[in-house]
Amino acid sequence: MRLSRILSACSLTLGLAVCLATVAPAAHADALQDINKLLKQGQQAQALEQVDKYLADKPKEAQGRFLKGLILTEMNKPNEAIVVFQKLTEDYPELPEPYNNLAVIYAQQKQYEKAKQALEMAIRTHPSYATAHENLGDIYSRMASQAYDKALQLDSSNTSAQTKLSMIRNLIGNTVRPGTTVAVVKPVAVATAEVKPAPTPTATPASTPKAAETKPIEPAKPVEAKPTPAVEPAKTPAKPAANASAEVTKAVEAWAAAWSRKDVKAYLAGYAKDFKTPNGEARTKWESERTARIGKPGAISVGVDNVKVTMDGADKATVHFRQHYKSASLKTSTSKALVLVRQDGKWLIQQERIGN
Amino acid sequence: MMRRHYRRLLAATVAIAFAVSAVAQPRYSDSGPEPLLARVFDQIEQNRWEPALQQTEAMIKAYPNFRLAHLIRGDLLLARTKPLTAFGEGGVQTAGAKVADLRDEAIARLRAYRSKPPTDFVPRYLMQMQANQKYAIVVDTQKSRLYLYQNDKGTPRFVADYYITQGKLGADKTREGDQKTPVGVYHVTASLPRQKLTDFYGAGAFPISYPNQWDRRMGRNGHGIWLHGTPSDTFSRPPKASDGCVVLANQDLNAIAENLQVGLTPVIISNNIEWLSLDDWQTERKALLSVIDEWRHDWESLDTDRYARHYSRKFESDRLDFKGWVEHKRTVNAGKTWIKVSTDNISMFRNPGREDYVVVTFEQNYKSSNLSNVMKKEQYWIKEDGRWKIIHEGAG
Repeated sequence: MRLSRILSACSLTLGLAVCLATVAPAAHADALQDINKLLKQGQQAQALEQVDKYLADKPKEAQGRFLKGLILTEMNKPNEAIVVFQKLTEDYPELPEPYNNLAVIYAQQKQYEKAKQALEMAIRTHPSYATAHENLGDIYSRMASQAYDKALQLDSSNTSAQTKLSMIRNLIGNTVRPGTTVAVVKPVAVATAEVKPAPTPTATPASTPKAAETKPIEPAKPVEAKPTPAVEPAKTPAKPAANASAEVTKAVEAWAAAWSRKDVKAYLAGYAKDFKTPNGEARTKWESERTARIGKPGAISVGVDNVKVTMDGADKATVHFRQHYKSASLKTSTSKALVLVRQDGKWLIQQERIGN
Repeated sequence: MMRRHYRRLLAATVAIAFAVSAVAQPRYSDSGPEPLLARVFDQIEQNRWEPALQQTEAMIKAYPNFRLAHLIRGDLLLARTKPLTAFGEGGVQTAGAKVADLRDEAIARLRAYRSKPPTDFVPRYLMQMQANQKYAIVVDTQKSRLYLYQNDKGTPRFVADYYITQGKLGADKTREGDQKTPVGVYHVTASLPRQKLTDFYGAGAFPISYPNQWDRRMGRNGHGIWLHGTPSDTFSRPPKASDGCVVLANQDLNAIAENLQVGLTPVIISNNIEWLSLDDWQTERKALLSVIDEWRHDWESLDTDRYARHYSRKFESDRLDFKGWVEHKRTVNAGKTWIKVSTDNISMFRNPGREDYVVVTFEQNYKSSNLSNVMKKEQYWIKEDGRWKIIHEGAG
């Protein structure tokens, strides 16, 4: 990621951003285009003259000033260009391009600290950029640690440093740049598994809006139209939660029992319609594989112990337990986690994971 | 700018190598990952991080077990998230010793690559190869490098060079179990195929003739010094890693294996190869050849004193010391009216380093008035007071 390459599609030499995302009023656009043409033809002095004339009328206009900064840079007058871009960042702190160009000039002057600050400011012009930037950094560190694992034969099972992929929560940012539309950012699929469990209802009053916010993945689950008043006490009292927990345990035991007696129908009935198949395969494919596996000759016994239920709201629970599996050919003891949801009054498995 | 620290650190590593390379025009055999590795470091030098990463990935593709390349990849990726201050930064905390090993390997590989010997220079030690010795091996322990030479009508011609590892405690072996690599003139004594070995030795092994006559004379012992390969999952290894053997990557061992002749191919291990221009090399070898010819003449002359002046006072044959040897020759000569000796197919290999001796072998065709025989002979010649003298002689 060299500085001169940071800059985007419509960059000229030097890696300067040459387009400003703001939209100039149509009347001015022509004048600016002409100046731009002069600049491209290398007629910098004339371009400067024209842009000064243009700015005499509209001294605050961003496009014109930005163009002047470019012309000065081209004319190898970095200090004057810095002044122009600097003032632009003061007047239009929401525009990333002037920061970016400041950074390029600073870098050329070997003022790396200043260049870095300017780039950081550019990233901060939009919160989504910052998040994306952070996430990208996370990915790079993850890839780096994989490479180190290979280089140094480290124990790669140590995933304690699981990266947090922060999601861009505010889909519609508040700081929309003038003249731009913000694309709706779809959170990556990876993030689904890593959504932190929402606080239990007993702990947080009025948790509904918050829960909705942390789970933007769930398709089109509209935030309730009438906001719950913040003072409203917990919706579900503690006792039902305890009951729910017992129900969940029972569901898990029933699931294990069905498996043990090789009752495929009952076993499969334990899974929710939106169950996430382990490898993302089609539900039918997964079902037929399970059917074949369970239908193999020989007794199976599946026992569970150390069951620990964590409620994620009233209708969702994560269950951790040890699963003791024994068949004719295999005997295993693994820790397992199931995510169950209550659908039509039944607790059904939505996710099944090995390990914690 | 983010990776300036890292670059500076590497610069120190690479600068040494550059200084050396300016002297000699490099020649590339491209027989290993060094050209790629050097290119990666050049890119890093020039702050061209993106191509550096791409080339590192190409290197990993070509050498999947090259842990050094994986480490560099880790660094290049990590550098995108924060400024690096050390080579292998992401692994220093958890595996500092391993990082240090890989750093040593990087330095050794780059240094050797950037200070290749000039084409018209030859290792001083290859004074003369026999016509049937097709190849010779010269090892430089300081550079962690093995050089393969071909016998081109008597002149050694460079073929390829390879990264090698030596004993954990370096070179100059003297004792059994000292984990050092011997320095001296040896030859390949056997070929052990992969099937007869554990995976530890990789693609195969070629035992060499340590300890030689000189070593024994010096009281050196130990055995089982081999050229061999690496375990199948290994490519990277630190420069000092063996128990005294010279270890090559499996593909490199396979590449040289087809050129090695059991009982013939010389393996000369030096601490630091001395290179001679072909002119100087000719001068040195001709000087010794003419002394050997003088010795042959003087033997034919039946003048035992003239003959004896070619022998050191410290001479030892298998059975006799100097005095005994001369007396024996005097008696033998007394019973003869003529001797005719020819020395064919001479080889001369000079010992590297402080102990200046030359191992000479030839086919000796001996005819005399009352006895004739043909034998393979081996002599050790040393310089004494500026003159070449024989210090050991026996059947080769």
